[in-house]
Formats: sequence, structure tokens, C-alpha cells
Amino acid sequence: MKRFPVWSWFWFLLGMLYFFIPLVSTFEFSLRMIKGKYTFEAYRVAFEDPRFYQSFGYSLLWAVITIVISLLLVVPTAYWVQLKLPKLRPVVEFITLMPFVVPAVVLTFGLIRLYGHPPILLTNTPAALVAGYVVLSFPYMYRSVDSGLRAVDIRTLTEAAQSLGAGWGTILKDVIFPNLRVALLSGIFLTFAIVMGEFTFAALLAWPAFGPYIEEIGAMRAYTPQAVSVMSFLITWGSIMLIQWLGRGARGAQVQVGGAR
Amino acid sequence: MAPEQPVGIDPRPRNKGDAPRARPPRNTFSWAWVGVVPFFLFAFMFLFMPSVSIFVRSFESVDHTFTFQNILDIFQKSDIRNAYKLSLQVSLVTALGGASFGFLLAYAVTMGGLPKTVRSFMLTFSGVASNFAGVPLAFAFVATMGNAGLVTRIIEGLSGFDIHSGGFSIYNFWGLSIVYMYFQFPLMVLIMAPALDGLRREWREACENLGGSSFHYWRYVALPILAPTLLGTAILLFGNSFGAYATAYAFTGSFLNLVTIVIGAQIQGDVLYNPGLGNAMALGMIVIMSLVMSIYIWSQRRVARWVR
Repeated sequence: MKRFPVWSWFWFLLGMLYFFIPLVSTFEFSLRMIKGKYTFEAYRVAFEDPRFYQSFGYSLLWAVITIVISLLLVVPTAYWVQLKLPKLRPVVEFITLMPFVVPAVVLTFGLIRLYGHPPILLTNTPAALVAGYVVLSFPYMYRSVDSGLRAVDIRTLTEAAQSLGAGWGTILKDVIFPNLRVALLSGIFLTFAIVMGEFTFAALLAWPAFGPYIEEIGAMRAYTPQAVSVMSFLITWGSIMLIQWLGRGARGAQVQVGGAR
Repeated sequence: MAPEQPVGIDPRPRNKGDAPRARPPRNTFSWAWVGVVPFFLFAFMFLFMPSVSIFVRSFESVDHTFTFQNILDIFQKSDIRNAYKLSLQVSLVTALGGASFGFLLAYAVTMGGLPKTVRSFMLTFSGVASNFAGVPLAFAFVATMGNAGLVTRIIEGLSGFDIHSGGFSIYNFWGLSIVYMYFQFPLMVLIMAPALDGLRREWREACENLGGSSFHYWRYVALPILAPTLLGTAILLFGNSFGAYATAYAFTGSFLNLVTIVIGAQIQGDVLYNPGLGNAMALGMIVIMSLVMSIYIWSQRRVARWVR
């Protein structure tokens, strides 16, 4: 007879407690703005602040720009490396792991030192911020795209398309992209989740993004920060759930290794 | 000489009527690399150059002359040395803690005899939690174990004891470690679960057929196979907390002088403004993280031996 796995349940429940206690606490805390009863007052206050929408909008805009640039840089590179330049694979993999070697705070430091003054002055435009975000997205984007490319026979598909007379544009648009849809969406949503809550680059480069906004109201108010944290968690949660739902049935669970936050 | 003659392939002139060469000159130059130029250019500008600039300027004094003083300062100035010590300690504790707890959880959901739904639930949540870091995470823990946090109030309600009385604070080393653990152990679960799945039933059976016990199996078969993954992930967790800034900043403000916090303060121009020293501290981080990544990449190669 099989024994009841006591220890497995024990560790599992302990893990669940670690997961959920902070989340439940945050939610409970966010409801306590009016003394003595649970209300959504903190959320109402949060939604009343015009800066909430401004910072959220900024982050949304920069997330979209980051995703577009990251896709344009990573997809052709990953495709080309897979198809024509397999020798470059270790180099590209190394570069996409670099955000881990150079943490965000160090990279910001380097960017400010390098592009904080003429001849190349970028830190007074969002360019330095978006560049930082794109670098940050490399590990997620590249790994998603690369594993997507490995899952289908890119070479055969490309040759088949070529022999039917397709040009490179057509091949990428009509053959490669549709096959990579799930992989691309994974990379997109992960990048989205990360950029929406990103703090380090935005705060140190002094841009009014969503992350610094949460931190700022944390210093000023008591219950709204937790309310906004709950919303921020829902963004992360939604993105990851969407990725897992999209990737269901796909071979090999992916583990994302990115930079520290 | 014909103008279309490729230069540098064959110096002998070709006369009219010569037979075509048996082996046409090999085209040694490929244009294939052009496709990856934008990516490399971007990486060069926004990853490579900033890193090189940090390296070069670490050896620059305030009046722009060459010096080793900034590097020496890392080891000699006590506040900087302490920042490194604290960062290393937090990283070590959360890496070991996260790796142990994560391993037990991964074991429980893969081989521990738990239902399949429990496993997928665990992996889903690990995916979310490992990405839930930064400012919101810090606030979540303030709401959990801060002065008015839920856990604080529950403990007070149950035992009448206020954990924050008597000078106890969560905004210290252990408090921060508990916060970091929230994104550390899920990452371990995510990496270890597939690795444990990779342990094949045949290996265990072979061990048992040879008269080995469960201890023998783990000691001589499973752990040696898992060792590179374990090491690699632990080192990854180490780097994960070593480079963290947002979480620590939002949680403790500048109470805890982690390396990242000090560098952040340097950028904002708060304290000890010496750009060379800031560069040297950043360089120190890059050196440590490079070591971390080298060990990680090496361990990944070892892992690959057993993965088919």
C-alpha cells in the first residue's frame, strides 16, 4: 500500500503559505483605508490621482516601443543564427545573458557616464531608458524566440518558401512569424510584465514611469501603495498566465533567466 | 590581365584559351553576417560600451589621471567593504535558503507522490512569483510583517506580543532576506522540477538490481547527476539577489547599504561623490557577476551531458 506523502504535503503547504500570505496581506491591507471596515477606498483614491494614469500611460508606451525594437533586433538575429551562422550562437547567447552580468543599476551607471553628455547625449531623451529596457528584454525575448525556432524545422520551411519563389520579406512575414506566434507572444508578454513594473532604470534616469510612481506614493501615503501593488501584481499574474496558457502543450517548459530587480 | 580576375587568388595570369580552373576560387567571404549587424551594433552601444567605459574609468582619478586608488578603495574603505560584505551575505543566505526550500518543493511536486494538479499549480505559481519582484513585492511584505501588517497583527492577537516592540525591525538583513526568498525559491522550483523529471526510472531500477538502497541511489546516482543543476541554479540565485536594487530600495530605503544601493546613491549624487570610485564599485559588481555567470555556464555544459 502506498503511504500518504506527509512530507510532500508539508513542504507544498509551506510553499503555498509563503506564496499567499504576502498576497493576502497586501490585499487585506489595501482594504483598510477607512478604519473599522473593509472598503475599496484606497483603490478609489488611487484611481483619482491623475499621475496614476500618466505614469501608467508612460510605462505602457515605453513597453510597446521596447517590445517593437526588441522584436526587430532579436527575431531576425535568432533566425539568421539558426539558419546561416550557427557558429555565432554562443556569442549571441552570451550577449543575451549579459543583462545578468551587468545588473540594471550598473548598466544605468554606465549609460549615464557614456551618454550623459555630448557628443552622444541620450539621457535627456527616453532613448537611454528604452535602450536599457531593450537590453533587459534580451534574455526573455531571445530564449522564447530561440526555443520557438528550434521547435520547427526552419531550414526546410525556408527552402520550401524559397523554391516557391518567396523573397526574404515574404518568408519572414508569411512563414516564420506564424510559426513563431506562441514563442513571440511569450517574449512579448514577459517583456511587458517586466517593463510595466520596472523601477531601476526609470528611477535612476529620472523618468516618471509606473514603477517609480508606486515607490513615490509609498513614501507619501499609507494604503494606496498596496492597492497599486495589487494591480501591479495582477498585471504580472495576467501576463504569466497568458504565456502559460499560450504555451500549453508546447514541448519543454521554459525557464526564464533574466536580470535581477 | 582581365579586369574581372579576382585578386589575390592565383597570381598566375590567365591567357585566352586556357581551360577553366578545375577548382574555382573559393568564396571565402560570406555576406551572411550582415543580417545580425543591427543586433550586434545595439549590443555594442548599450551593453559593451557602457561596460568598457566603467572598466576604463575605474582607473581614473578625480583629475583624470591613471590610478589604482579606486580599486584599492573597494578593499580599504570600510563603508564600501561593508557594502560588499552585506550584499554577499544576503546573496549567500537567500541563494542557499532558496535553493534548499526550492529543491524540497520541486521534489515534493515531482517525485513526492502528490497529485498532478498540485504540481501544475505549483509550477504556475512559481512562474508568477519568480517574476514578482521590485517595488510591489517590497510593499507586499510591508503589508505582511510591517508595523500594521497582517502577520504582525495576527501574532499580536494570538499571543498578545507585539513583535515590533523591543527594537525589533524587519527592515534589516533578515527582513530583506525573507523578501528576496519570495522570488528566489520559485526560480529553483522552475529549474529543478524538469531536472528531477529527467531522472530516469531505469537508473533507479539499475541501482536496485545491483543491490543499492535508496541512500546509494541518491548518493551515487541521482545527486551526481543533479549536482551541476543544483550548483548552477544556486549560483543563479546568488547573482539574482546580488544585482537586485528596486526591491531593496523600496523595502529599506537606504537603511541597508547594499552595493546596488550605494551605486544608486552615487548616480543620484547623494553621497561621497567620486565618479572613479563609483565606477570601481560597478566594476566590482561586474567582476563578481562574471564569475557567477562563468560558473553557471560551466554547470550548464555539465548538465547537457545527461539531457537528451
